[in-house]
Amino acid sequence: MLVKFITKRLLMMIPVMLGITFISFVIISLAPGNILTSLKMNPYISQHTIALMEQAYGLNKPLLVRYGLWLWQVLHLNLGTSIYYHAPVLSLILSRAMNTLILSVSAIVVSWLFALPFGIIAGIKEQSLFDRTAGVLNYIGISIPSFFLAFLLLLFAAKTGVLPTGGTTSPLYGLLSPADKVYDRFIHLIMPVTALAVPQIASYARLIRVNIIEVKRSEFVTAAKARGVNSRRVVYLHILKNALNPFITLAGYDFAGLLGGAALVETILNLQGLGTLLLKAVMSMDVFLIMGDILIGAGMLLLGNLIADIVLIYIDPRIKSQA
Amino acid sequence: MPMKTRRRSIALAAAAVLALFYLSAIFAPVVAPYSYLTQNRSFPDEPPTAVHITFTRDGRTVLTRPYVYRYVLADIHSETYTEVKTARYPLEFFTRGKLFSVRGAPIHLLGTDALGRDYFSRLVYGGRISLFIGLIGAGISFGIGILIGTLSGYIGGIVDTGIMRLTEIIMSLPTFYLLLTLAVIIPPGVSSGTTFLLIIVILSFIGWAGFARVIRGMVLSLKERDFVNASRAYGDSTWGIIRKQLVPNLLSYTIVSITLSIPGYIISESALSMLGLGIREPDVSWGNMLSEATNIEALTTRPWMLASGICIVVTILCLNIVGDYLRSALDPHDYR
Repeated sequence: MLVKFITKRLLMMIPVMLGITFISFVIISLAPGNILTSLKMNPYISQHTIALMEQAYGLNKPLLVRYGLWLWQVLHLNLGTSIYYHAPVLSLILSRAMNTLILSVSAIVVSWLFALPFGIIAGIKEQSLFDRTAGVLNYIGISIPSFFLAFLLLLFAAKTGVLPTGGTTSPLYGLLSPADKVYDRFIHLIMPVTALAVPQIASYARLIRVNIIEVKRSEFVTAAKARGVNSRRVVYLHILKNALNPFITLAGYDFAGLLGGAALVETILNLQGLGTLLLKAVMSMDVFLIMGDILIGAGMLLLGNLIADIVLIYIDPRIKSQA
Repeated sequence: MPMKTRRRSIALAAAAVLALFYLSAIFAPVVAPYSYLTQNRSFPDEPPTAVHITFTRDGRTVLTRPYVYRYVLADIHSETYTEVKTARYPLEFFTRGKLFSVRGAPIHLLGTDALGRDYFSRLVYGGRISLFIGLIGAGISFGIGILIGTLSGYIGGIVDTGIMRLTEIIMSLPTFYLLLTLAVIIPPGVSSGTTFLLIIVILSFIGWAGFARVIRGMVLSLKERDFVNASRAYGDSTWGIIRKQLVPNLLSYTIVSITLSIPGYIISESALSMLGLGIREPDVSWGNMLSEATNIEALTTRPWMLASGICIVVTILCLNIVGDYLRSALDPHDYR
């Protein structure tokens, strides 16, 4: 049954991916100029060379044919060659995707580690001092965009010198021992993860709190209390279990937002990731690199949603019966 | 003070701050002491002009009307400035068509940028773009969302299925990646007005899908209600039912959602402009003012260049407070 569900979902991903890549392809071709525009301005490059390059990259063919050719390449696990970097798109992306993935996943983990206790305590001890203080902090947290937080952290790091001011690793990373390498990576992750996690913590904690309060007032909790179930058991077994289900789906969907936020934070803190790669690609109109980046980004997003749905099936019996 | 009253006064205060921001943006030529374009290259990176209200006479501190000193560039390499304490220049309010100004000396409340442009004036003019992109963008997305959502929900069938698949595709796009890709369509060298419109179109293109889905859900439940059946039995057309029965019922949700979705548009615009893909120099928005701050040295020596970021945060905070207040005021089942 689960296999059938997963197969169905994977099959549904195909038209969505086709739609996404086609829309992106059309958009890119709507943009004025292409990667050869700047080369055409160069008097040292002859018209003949330009024509040859157009031929080689298929830039002189109609839109649908170009999309078809690109798709054919992708089906053969070849994302094409980046004209800007003179390197295969796939290897470029793989070298960067790991950094972005580490950043996003750490941000998700950190967000939940903080948001769960905050949201749960605030929800259970509604209107207490803790709840009110957390409420004010949450308001500020959801209102600070992560890119601005990145600026503030950068300023803090530069003024105090306790953290490295950006970058994925230190300049001498290659010379470090394995243990030092891990430490070096970790210390470079603190700023971007904080910048990404703080707004998430605030918004999750708020949602968790509201959900807990809502479940707390539902009839089955009153019934459990009336039956004399002790209050600790009510909290753990009845309230938490029912209040937290929706958040698994949310975590899957928020992966997308994180990828976007990560792109900005990467730029500000000068990290090597998919976001900075895409920005370079967009700036230089490197079509295959843009398409590859979008393909991988959308793929990670859809997979994130799928994983969230699968986890949900295991947790929520109501969904299991439907699937 | 009871909880309700306090929440209302906080929401009112937030609304007042928003009104102040929007009014300053609308009346930018009056509020800003200079134009956002005026360069003064002999005074680059000047620190904020200190406004004094006291001075010392015969060893005693005397209170006086606000005044400033003139600044001179003391060292050109480290760009340090000192105040010339020989003459005081009083602030004048509501003269020469400006909210405030100083005769005989410059006033830079937030200092100047590398080209000697007044940062405060740029902030006020920048608000025009950042604040209104949010408002108009959210408005347009919602307009499209409400139209397509009601049609989808009310007509149902194949139209509904088609529209819902389309929204699913748009919603599963990695938004920021798409935004970057879309921003390439904006050709370099178009006027700022065109860029402004294009950014709005781009943001609305992504934004309508989420609204349309929620509206559709609400319409699905509304259309089974008696008053809609009555209207149908009365012979009203589909369009008439949508306009007269459905849309008014969606209004309170719409107002709240628009308020709460403006921050997203403001953030997207500033992010794009910060990366150099949105509003470009010499035009100004809160986002492109921040792009200068990506230079660590500039950021640490002149941290006040984050002022536009602080304006973004304050605007978003106020919008969230007002939006949340409206939501709980309009929703009887709200516990927040």
